[in-house]
Amino acid sequence: MSEIANPPMSLDISNAEQAKDSKTLFGFWVYIMTDCVLFASLFATYAVLHHNTFGGPSGQTLFSLPNVLAETLILLTSSFTCGLGILSARARHKDKVIFWFLITLIMGIAFLFLELTEFRHLVVSGNSWHHSAFLSAFFTLVGTHGLHISVGLLWLAVLLGKIFGRGLSKNNLRQLTLFSIFWHFLDIIWIFIFTIVYLMGAVGK
Amino acid sequence: MSKEPSIIVAEHEASEGSFKSYLSGFVLSILLTLAAYLAVTHHSFTADRIVAVIVGLALCQFMVQMFFFLHLGKETKPRWKLFVLLFMIMIVLILVFGSIWIMNNLNYRMTPEQINTYMNNQGGGF
Repeated sequence: MSEIANPPMSLDISNAEQAKDSKTLFGFWVYIMTDCVLFASLFATYAVLHHNTFGGPSGQTLFSLPNVLAETLILLTSSFTCGLGILSARARHKDKVIFWFLITLIMGIAFLFLELTEFRHLVVSGNSWHHSAFLSAFFTLVGTHGLHISVGLLWLAVLLGKIFGRGLSKNNLRQLTLFSIFWHFLDIIWIFIFTIVYLMGAVGK
Repeated sequence: MSKEPSIIVAEHEASEGSFKSYLSGFVLSILLTLAAYLAVTHHSFTADRIVAVIVGLALCQFMVQMFFFLHLGKETKPRWKLFVLLFMIMIVLILVFGSIWIMNNLNYRMTPEQINTYMNNQGGGF
């Protein structure tokens, strides 16, 4: 009797765990969507203020497009390696997980380095957020994205440490999945920053 | 009889993307990014046309990444994630285009010349 009853019971547990996981994923998805609304308000602020340069240079002269293209490609590649990391995590290859997410981490740091270099360059040349409404809106929008990237990198570093020390567990797998959603989402936000702030700025619109 | 746990897990994993889907998402995204970049650096169109092209490319890339990286199309019914996404898009559109519309209108009415004309038309005061 118990031998017959056993398999369905273990099935129920796995179903219940999966239901719990999918609830967590959905909750995180809703958080991501509200974060999009935060970015939308910053985009709206930028769209309204980006002509108000207070006599200073506009985006057309300030932005260096090759630098921004490099940032975009780096972030895109890190999003891809993050996806490969998730695939290895599902296949339970611990070494591959560490390899792919380490690459994601390094690319994230490279992205942040390029962005901070750009910010430093702007501030040193006298175009900091004090100067005009355009620059305040620019630094707030791009800086908020950069802040999200920094938090994501910190989160990934902690996760990698846990996986390195204690191996892949079911909990780690769920957390890695949440992180990958967060990371892909930041890449999607960056597409719009790249297009609306940098490319449209270069066109002069 | 219900399915074996391993079958359920396999189905679950199939719904969350494969190497092929990540690779195609990656390649498509790179192509769309480079296309937008080249459209801007090669001044072959007018500014308005370039803006239309790059916004179109950005929307394409948004859909590519939603589909291949976040696996939105593979969600089973009820599609809660999709509904939350659509609601978010609605709020974002109202927020962004509403702000631009209102602020451009205010700006138009609040320039000094406009205020003078307005006040003169009103007979010298509000």
